[in-house]
Amino acid sequence: MSASPAADAAPARAGVLDAMRCLFVRDLRLALRRRTDTLSALVFFILVASLFPLGVGPELALLRSMAPGVVWVAALLASMLSLGRMFADDHQDGTLEQMLLAACPLPLLVLAKIAAHWLCSGLLLALASPLLALQFDLGAAEAGVLLLALLLGTPVLSLVGAVGAALTVGVRGAAVLVPLLVLPLCIPVLIFGAAAVEASRSGMGVAGHFSLLAAFLLLSLVGAPWATAAALRIAVE
Amino acid sequence: MAPLLELRAVACVRGGRTLFAGLDCAVAAGQLLRVQGANGAGKTSLLRMLCGLLPPAQGRILWRGESIADLAEDFGRELVYLGHAAALKDDLNATENLLIACQLGGLAVAPAAARAALQHAGLSGRDRVPARQLSQGQRRRVALARLALAAAAPLWVLDEPFNALDTAAAAWLGGLVTQQLGRGGVVVLTSHQPLALDGLAGQVELLL
Repeated sequence: MSASPAADAAPARAGVLDAMRCLFVRDLRLALRRRTDTLSALVFFILVASLFPLGVGPELALLRSMAPGVVWVAALLASMLSLGRMFADDHQDGTLEQMLLAACPLPLLVLAKIAAHWLCSGLLLALASPLLALQFDLGAAEAGVLLLALLLGTPVLSLVGAVGAALTVGVRGAAVLVPLLVLPLCIPVLIFGAAAVEASRSGMGVAGHFSLLAAFLLLSLVGAPWATAAALRIAVE
Repeated sequence: MAPLLELRAVACVRGGRTLFAGLDCAVAAGQLLRVQGANGAGKTSLLRMLCGLLPPAQGRILWRGESIADLAEDFGRELVYLGHAAALKDDLNATENLLIACQLGGLAVAPAAARAALQHAGLSGRDRVPARQLSQGQRRRVALARLALAAAAPLWVLDEPFNALDTAAAAWLGGLVTQQLGRGGVVVLTSHQPLALDGLAGQVELLL
């Protein structure tokens, strides 16, 4: 051990994008090293959606008509599972404070974290949805619409969920509080996401539903990181 | 010389109780600010205020004459804050943790430099071990290794940095602090123990 610093030459300044990428990669790496957390949400999604055909019975017409709603509700619930820990872990080990003091605007860091969260939850759920579509006897076209609707809708769940997760940082019982806060806000996504599949099945156009889902996505993309950042600042005070 | 860090009539209220009020202090370049006080006197709160994590109930905190609330992330580039928690991710190893901490602080550090800093911190051979397997003192050293890379940040705010360190590590940290002061930086720290820095000239003491 010596007192001389390792690098006397001043290191280069890291830009905003570097900080965002570093946090994004960190969260993905953490998710990879704790695969059980990521996979349990996926298994939960598949299990919940699979319970319905078992419980309701093998009547194909009924299954087909309830498929979009069931898959969407299961996706909503599954994405709630990992939300509670989005900032709670960082708060506990002190890395959240370091994020707040970073040389990068907090909303952008939050956005990087949300992107990593979506990759490890929403994206996986969406990719697993064609499997569930088979269980409910949906056609290839409807399964495609379901996949696309989930790809557009699940980022909204992560974005809106981040606000709820930030508001409950350091609060006891956050795991229950987050769904109570977030689920009502996700109702529009649920309605239009499920309706898109319904519309495709009955031969109507799905462009309107997709436009609305994309509008929700843009709106939450603009608003959620700032709201989350503000909530985090209040939470660590 | 104009002070780098300045407190003007700062007050702290936690849970409806006033911990301190009317706190004035000025720290010039190359000076060490030692915050002292009993448990619960508000030392950590004051340090969190200096970083901008906690807005003061009253008064202003100035860095280079500007309010730190207005400086936002520019201030983050000038500051290194090490709090009670080591701010390590248990699933990442020491090098990864150190690199991330530096990147967030606005420093692009090469992995080789990070490993060298960990070696100086007395962690050679432990830099690829997940942080969860490190002892309390070793975790502390990983967090402190960031200081060896943070020559570019003029303000260091350290909350009980000497806790859980053995004598060798304490001497190493004392050396880092002395170097930072020699560079014209400012170091703010709290400590219960009398430390190796006691003899240092130009200390500012703040008793809460």
